[in-house]
Formats: sequence, structure tokens, C-alpha cells
Amino acid sequence: MNTRGLRSQLKDSVPVTGLCPQAGPYGVQDSLRRGFSSVKNELLPSHPLELSEKNFQLNQDKMNFNTLRNIQGLHAPLKLQMEYRAARQIQRLPFLPSSNLALDTLRGSDDYIGFEDILNDPVQSEMMGDPHIMTEYKLGVL
Amino acid sequence: MATVSVCQYHPGGFSFENCKRNALLEADITKLGFSSPAARKTGTTICGVVYKDGVVLGADTRATEGMVVADKNCSKIHYISPNIYCCGAGTAADTEMTTQIISSNLELHALSTGRLPRVATANRMLKQMLFRYQGYIGAALVLGGVDCAGPHLYSIYPHGSTDKLPYVTMGSGSLAAMAVFEDRYRPNMEEEEAKHLVRDAIAAGIFNDLGSGSNIDLCVITKGKVDYLRPHDVANKKGVRTGSYRYKHGTTGVLTKVVIPLNLEVVEESVHTMDTS
Repeated sequence: MNTRGLRSQLKDSVPVTGLCPQAGPYGVQDSLRRGFSSVKNELLPSHPLELSEKNFQLNQDKMNFNTLRNIQGLHAPLKLQMEYRAARQIQRLPFLPSSNLALDTLRGSDDYIGFEDILNDPVQSEMMGDPHIMTEYKLGVL
Repeated sequence: MATVSVCQYHPGGFSFENCKRNALLEADITKLGFSSPAARKTGTTICGVVYKDGVVLGADTRATEGMVVADKNCSKIHYISPNIYCCGAGTAADTEMTTQIISSNLELHALSTGRLPRVATANRMLKQMLFRYQGYIGAALVLGGVDCAGPHLYSIYPHGSTDKLPYVTMGSGSLAAMAVFEDRYRPNMEEEEAKHLVRDAIAAGIFNDLGSGSNIDLCVITKGKVDYLRPHDVANKKGVRTGSYRYKHGTTGVLTKVVIPLNLEVVEESVHTMDTS
């Protein structure tokens, strides 16, 4: 549960897209792989909550680490972040769902139920991602 | 292959994919003169009062969908934990899902701490969740319960602000109910007096507000006991038909009667056993 306000962290989390967010390997927009682009679609989010929800976990972590640094000193968040990094590497293949159990236990969200567990559960989605594209994206080849 | 989202794994939760499409559709529909369907709201009167031994929560039972009554007897007092109950006003789905999520989280929390959950914990969880969604979850709640520190009553607004008070009302009929409370509330009432006061406050909301109606539900929470009285009072009885429009047998005279028997012969008979194991 968070104990500090969000205001001080929010300005750091707005993502700034580059000049051409749909750029492919040659710098121009890549219509074949990323579809048609429109400036309006890229600049503004489609819902006021979209940005804050996308970055919510990130912001929560930043806030918690900041509080921890203020209370216990620099070593505490450093050690924890090393553990987070290690836990984040335990994943299945890119197109398969990972349980993220170690990461959940570290964060304390293993005994917390939120909307991400009830709505749009990836385990119950009707479509599966294309394994080739997802692996290529993960390896940076796409 | 349309967007980057195809290449990454979807984490679940709210999906904003259709927001732009919905905005366009909304604009087109209003240009044609129609209106998109409205979410089912519980235009409501809910209230709560702290009395000597505990908390009394009250609610009406009408759910509206625009200008039509969608449910004449819906239950607006939701269970959060054995000693905490929550009345919900606003969008019906939002109150339902929010209270269920908080109830599950509180149960996990209670199992983890090994103690009976406190009302302040439920309040804090609700307000943090509602603030996270900036009021887009339209749930206005009256949270009441009795824990180790005594009886507590909170009102929680959709944007995440909360008030801890001895008597609260929410919903479209809140002004009517608050008028009754402001007139007759006294600290440290007895149980019967508190129940009567809440019943009168909800009745004021039912009779003076179009969004509230039907029955009055009460929930009396004391240390170790919960009385869920549903319905406590049927304030709006549906009228009884005084006459019948059915015609008596023999009203129409019979002139002729012809009976033609249909002879069916059994051609084939087969029995299929169903595997019900």
C-alpha cells in the first residue's frame, strides 16, 4: 500500500515518444509491421487513465524505493533492486504466460487481488500471440 | 501486426483499446439523433448511523437504467467481512466489483495478520483504489462496522475522499435522508431508536426522490453479531388488482363441435443411455 502522494513522481513518468514512434530499421515509419500511423493517435492517450495505468507499477516501485531510501539509507533499495532484477529474469518464452511468482512475492502482491486478476485475464484470452513475432521482438530482430 | 501491443505480452486489467473507437461511435450516434445505452445506476438513498453498541446501515432497493426501473429489489448492502458491511450508490457494476475485490483483499489481509479486520483498513484500501482510477469508477460508498476499537462509520466518494462521521447519507436521495438525520439524531441512541431513525431516513429518500424506491433494507452490526434485515419494511407495495378481465367459462356459446382423432403408429423405438458420470 502506498504511503506518499503521487504528485512528485508523476512528472517523471510521462513517456516522451521520439519523432517517429513507428520507425522501423530505416528510420521512416514502418507501415507493414506497425500499421498506419497518425500524429493524433500517438500524441494523446485515448483515455486519461491510460498513461497512469501503464506506468502504475513503475511509479509505485519508485515511490516505495524512495521511501525506503529515506528511512533506511541507500543500501536498502539497492539490495532490493538487485533481487528484483534477478526475479525478473525468471520468465518463460515470450509468448507464454509467466507466473512471476518470485517477483510477486518480493513486491508483496502475492496476497493482493486487483483488476488485473479479474478483468482480461491473459490465461483466459481467446487469442494467442504469434510466437515468431513475439520472439523476434524480444530478441530485437523485428 | 497493427501495433506494438501485438509483440508484447498483455498483462491483464483494464484495456483502453476501444476508447477511441467508442468516442467516434458516440459522436456518430449523437449526430444521427440516437443515444447510446446508459449504464445501470443505483439512483439511491443509503445511510448509516452509529448508535450505542454498533452501527445501523440502511438502503433502498431500486436500481434504475436511465428513466426505467431496472431492478425492483436489488441488494445494496454488500458484505465486506463478518464485522464490516458496505452500502453502495452510483454505477451498480462498479459498487459490486469494488466491494467484492476489497472483501477478498481484506480476507487475505486478515489471514495474513491473524486478526479480525478493522474498518479503517477497509476504508484505506477503498480510498486508494478509487483515487487510483480518478473517479472513473463511479462508486459512492457508506462503510460501517464494529472492530476491536468500537463502531466506525465512513462515507467514501467516487474520487477517493472519505469522511469519518457519526451519521452519513449518500446517493440521489441523500439530502432527504440527511434532513431526517439532522432533525432527530442523538449520540448514544438505543438499537430500536436507531433502527427507526434509519428506516425513516430511507423512507424520506424513497418518497421524495425518483431514483429511490421499493423496500428498505437494514443491517445492524454489533460486536459479534450482524442482523441483515432484508426487507425490513416494504414501503412501496405494488397495487392489488381489484377486478379481473378474464371471461367466465361459457361466455361464448358453442354452435357445433367436430372431433377428428389423429391416429399415430409407433414406427421405431430406441433407447439411448446417457453417460452422466
